[in-house]
Amino acid sequence: MTKISMLQNEIQKETETSLLGFWIYMMTDCIVFASLFAVFIVLRNNTAGGKAGSDLFSLSFILTETIILLTSSFTSGLALLAAQRSHLKQTVIWLCTTGLLGTSFLILELHEFTKLDHSGNSWRGSAFLSSYFTLVGTHGLHITIGLLWLFATLGYLYKKGLNEVSVRRITMFSIFWHFLDIVWIFIFSVVYLLGVI
Amino acid sequence: MIISLFSSTSVPSTDRLVLFFGQAMVVGAALLIALALVYFKKVGWLWKNWLTSLDHKKIGIMYLVVAGVMLLRGLADTVLLRFQQATSVGASQGIISSNHYQQIFTAHGTMMIFFVAMGLVFGIINLILPLQIGSRDVAFPLLNNLSFWMYAAGAILINLSLVFGGEFAATGWLAYPPLSELQFSPGVGVDYWIWSIQIAGIGTLLSGINFITTILTKRAPGMSMMKMPVFVWSVLAAMTLVAAAFPILTVTLVLLTLDRTIGTHFFTTAGGGNAMMYVNLIWAWGHPEVYILILPAFGIYSEIVATFSRKRLFGYTSMVYAILAITGLSFVVWLHHFFTMGAGANVNAFFGIMTMVIAIPTGLKVFNWLFTMYRGRINFASPMIWFIGFVITFSIGGAAGVMLGVPPIDFQLHNTLFLVAHFHTMIIGGALFGYFAGIAYWFPKVFGFKLDEKLGKIAAYLWIAGLICAFTPLYILGLMGATRRLDHYDASLGWQGLFIVAGVGVVIILAGVAVQFMMFYLAIKNRKKNLDTTGDPWNGRTLEWSTTSPAPVYNFAIIPTVSDRDEFFRRKQLGGILPRRKYAAIVMPNNSSFGFFMAGWALMFAFSVIWHYPPTMIVALLGVIGTFIVRTFDDTTTHIIPAAEIEAIENKRAGALV
Ligand code: HEM
Ligand SMILES: [Cu+2]
Repeated sequence: MTKISMLQNEIQKETETSLLGFWIYMMTDCIVFASLFAVFIVLRNNTAGGKAGSDLFSLSFILTETIILLTSSFTSGLALLAAQRSHLKQTVIWLCTTGLLGTSFLILELHEFTKLDHSGNSWRGSAFLSSYFTLVGTHGLHITIGLLWLFATLGYLYKKGLNEVSVRRITMFSIFWHFLDIVWIFIFSVVYLLGVI
Repeated sequence: MIISLFSSTSVPSTDRLVLFFGQAMVVGAALLIALALVYFKKVGWLWKNWLTSLDHKKIGIMYLVVAGVMLLRGLADTVLLRFQQATSVGASQGIISSNHYQQIFTAHGTMMIFFVAMGLVFGIINLILPLQIGSRDVAFPLLNNLSFWMYAAGAILINLSLVFGGEFAATGWLAYPPLSELQFSPGVGVDYWIWSIQIAGIGTLLSGINFITTILTKRAPGMSMMKMPVFVWSVLAAMTLVAAAFPILTVTLVLLTLDRTIGTHFFTTAGGGNAMMYVNLIWAWGHPEVYILILPAFGIYSEIVATFSRKRLFGYTSMVYAILAITGLSFVVWLHHFFTMGAGANVNAFFGIMTMVIAIPTGLKVFNWLFTMYRGRINFASPMIWFIGFVITFSIGGAAGVMLGVPPIDFQLHNTLFLVAHFHTMIIGGALFGYFAGIAYWFPKVFGFKLDEKLGKIAAYLWIAGLICAFTPLYILGLMGATRRLDHYDASLGWQGLFIVAGVGVVIILAGVAVQFMMFYLAIKNRKKNLDTTGDPWNGRTLEWSTTSPAPVYNFAIIPTVSDRDEFFRRKQLGGILPRRKYAAIVMPNNSSFGFFMAGWALMFAFSVIWHYPPTMIVALLGVIGTFIVRTFDDTTTHIIPAAEIEAIENKRAGALV
């Protein structure tokens, strides 16, 4: 085997193990969220005389956030498809869209957090608010990390173009992003929907 | 200005001396090491050959070195604890104050679990697992190095608590709230506790993911799941527990951090917090954790008993199922740690029964080992002595554990020294002895020279005797009503004699440790005389013995094909040495400083949070992102060892078998 083909071969094997490892990592992250959900459910009625979810959340606002995030999940899938077909330009376009949508989601979420804080309902208010901010905030932190990762991947694409490594990274990013989407749907139902009714 | 932040909270004068000794020890040791490295011009060598190495064998050795140092730290603490309990009777107040006593047992428990036992486990897994499955490395060598550095950063942080701030948590090793909340523990001690295990814990989690993937994807061709050595099975089970339980620890610690730093109300007494939730969460991690410590030890015993009885392991399949049963059951017993905290009779009954059920697969394993020994030609080498010590002490500790699993009995014995005696007999006699047995067994494979068998046996006998002497009195004291975490008692209780006997036990253990260090020192000094030229000093059965001692960087020049559980033994019976084949070039990962820097930033971040200093916090975060991006753009992460070079290396190795 030539040197190049050996390295190529190695990278291919690496892709398989990386994907499996990444799935296992995702499961551990699932447990992180499962624990936070459990904490939220235990504490959600402990409002310590403060406001409850039904007084605080506006469903239409959350629905906007939800739609933005779901769309970004869809575009990240399109980016992956383009990458697998080696369309560099389309990949970049869809990744940028995903990044923009993700950033808007984050801005909306931060907006909601500051609004709550300014109306005197910060995480210090009650156990319910603590667990709300932590659960939703952890999701937001994941989104932030995902966005940083996305921008690093775009930088890599700019410098090195589409190759086995960048396709692998886009695949993993896309899995990660879908996962955050699913977690958000749980947050939407458990925190917001159940909170409002 | 920053320095003024580190002012230590008022330390009672009686403790100043102890504290000063601690500080002098940590600072002195650090300075000494640094000076020695510079003086002998070894900094570059250390950096290139060790600190940045991605070789699982070197990472394993580094784990063992850190764990060894931490073992000495943990033992120094026990000397103080034992001395206090033996002398602080009636009018005498002993040498340390209550508060300091609490800090010491907290530090002892934390260090022993997170930095000694976990360090030894991951050290041994790193050293042996890839060899046993016939692989060249773990699935993610870079991540492996990062895991090690996270572990080391945690260990450094827990030692820094002595130097900066001079206090550690006084809350017990699991830091139950509300005591561990800001209101009742306003100092930095609890923060040091949180962050040292948070950092190390994340490293552990990454290791868990790494080893699961390694076992699932890197096995030699032909090694189906049911052909894996039992040690590999036990590691797979333990790492599954890591992946399932450590995220819970991470979350729990984050929540406590938030309570302490930004004023949330998860576990506080005010604001609707629920301290009981912490106890549930921490034990949902904590009980699996004890199995994370013990399962690999079980795996080690399985390998050792088969090798030294010169027989196939009895009941392989039942062994595997027992491991799987323990893995599953270990998630449904956590409540036995707080039967007394008001769960109610029905809940207690369920968890009590589950606790007793878990004893069944455990007992089955012990019988399988005994049946393996039955009619074997047993070679009582030092690993076997550890094993015998394990069977004796583990049976005692296990019986005590089943007693504690009965809720009405637990109501009497909870929080007494009976419990302390129980978990020490399990964790020292079960887990620690297993690791020591493993080190005695695999040492020649790792270093290429043998340990002195006589010293090894003496050390084992001393540890066994010391363990029994140090903890049997505690069973009795517990039954007499002595509570745990006790720093003073009345002379009329008549407990002092038993506490003194326990102190003698510690002296015997210390003698055992001294012999162990002597053994390592002599082995290194006389290494030329004790070379293991065969690669197979014990007549081993599994693949790690088929390569040379120490194994070359690439472990196996040609990856073996497996057709039997005891593959290497089978080959030896078939006439052993296979004909030399043509070597092919091998791709290996390059060294990397990624893990070192990432863990360094994590340490800096933790330190900044502990001392509430945002600027360095931000620098650390940017550091993490920057380091990550640099690595992302690095395309030269592997190198190729050409076939000719491999042939040269292989030919130079005397007695290479495969
Ligand atoms: C080698 C000899 C050892 C001795 C003599 C020893 C002695 C002690 C003593 C005196 C205490 C305080 C008991 C009390 O009054 O509450 C203690 C607590 C503890 N030890 Fe050990 N220990 C040893 C090894 C270990 C090891 C190897 C581990 C774990 C791997 C360990 C884990 C713990 C834990 C978790 C605690 C509880 C701390 C707390 O109460 O929060 N010990 N030990
Ligand atoms: Cu338990």
